[in-house]
Amino acid sequence: MSEEFKVEIVNPEKSFLTKDDATEVVVPAFEGEMGILKDHISIISFLKPGVVKVYSKSDENKYFVEDGIVEFKDNSLSILTSSIYNVSDLDRNKIEQILKDAEKESTEENIDDQKKYLINQKIETLRSLQSN
Amino acid sequence: MASLDDLKKRISSVKSTQKITKAMKMVAAAKLRRAQENAEKGRPYSEKMNNIILNLSNGISDKENAPKLLAGTGEEKTHLCVVMTSDRGLCGGFNTNIIKKAKQYFQKILKENKILKIITVGSKGYDQLKRQYKNNIVEKISFKDSKNINYFDADKVGKIIIDRFEKKEFDVCAIFYNQFKNVITQIPQEQQIIPLKSNEEKDVNSESSYEFEPEEDEILSNLLPKNISTQIFKAMLENSASEQGSRMSAMDNATRNAGEMVEKLTIQYNRSRQAAITKELIEIISGAESL
Repeated sequence: MSEEFKVEIVNPEKSFLTKDDATEVVVPAFEGEMGILKDHISIISFLKPGVVKVYSKSDENKYFVEDGIVEFKDNSLSILTSSIYNVSDLDRNKIEQILKDAEKESTEENIDDQKKYLINQKIETLRSLQSN
Repeated sequence: MASLDDLKKRISSVKSTQKITKAMKMVAAAKLRRAQENAEKGRPYSEKMNNIILNLSNGISDKENAPKLLAGTGEEKTHLCVVMTSDRGLCGGFNTNIIKKAKQYFQKILKENKILKIITVGSKGYDQLKRQYKNNIVEKISFKDSKNINYFDADKVGKIIIDRFEKKEFDVCAIFYNQFKNVITQIPQEQQIIPLKSNEEKDVNSESSYEFEPEEDEILSNLLPKNISTQIFKAMLENSASEQGSRMSAMDNATRNAGEMVEKLTIQYNRSRQAAITKELIEIISGAESL
């Protein structure tokens, strides 16, 4: 039996990625990283800023997302996100820029705890990407 | 009867108008293809979003405490209408059709003694509505400056709507836009977004129960505002494809009409030219005869 399932990542503008042969996907779910294999139970969850890793037999891809929703059902995984970048496309300048925006946002007053948590997550992820 | 010179001038002016409409048609055709592509690309996102929300709201057990964006405020007193039109004219009946549809809805609401509030997106809609419904318009938004439709703009509109909803400024919200069917057909649409009304009752498998992380209602309350922006974005995409399609067929018609007009004027010009020549000949001949 094959261990492969379908992955689809869409953003509002277009369908970002479709893959039929993913073997494992790791998503930064709201309450911690979550690995999804074939025949996972149906689940709906949120994403926090982080890195989505899509593994297949032949390769692996990493994407940086800022937010999103993930749905897994009948061995097809859909990720809806409003902003996504392929990690290999992100160069230092780009990361720097997003990081700067995020840092500016985090210094703003009157943001609630949840938002603060998300922004800190984002900064953390970006920093770790930077150091790689 | 117009003199030969006048006719000549008219022919050349109609011809240059024809050139303009022809160019506009070409531009619209090129833009249409891109807009259509974008609209098609954007569909999976809004469809998926809709599906997830449908699954979620079906699964929700406690309807009483459901988020207000889903269940409504329990009243139907104040209606907010978001009328989405284009920023530019010369696109046939595109804007008028939306306005017509919206006006029908306005009248129905006003007849029932409910309060009407209007947000116009796109300047043409504001121009057409300001005379009759000036006091009802609470906000006008225009994205003249942004070249392409982007999610960021849609999100802005969505946030404005949600802000007003949270301030309890309205109970029901509907958006008006043109759905793109094909180049000659655009269907004006009215879509209620708050409270959320699922247009088609699909039989969602009640067996497909989901696991939620975090809790169901938390997901819903986060997802619903996003869904509003998504719906607005979808409407904007459909609208832009419709606008270009409508402009293309309007300009095509104009070009054809100009062609017909040039033909008619040319015939008239030739006839009167010939008449003048004949007249001169007769004058010469009758002058020679009298000698």
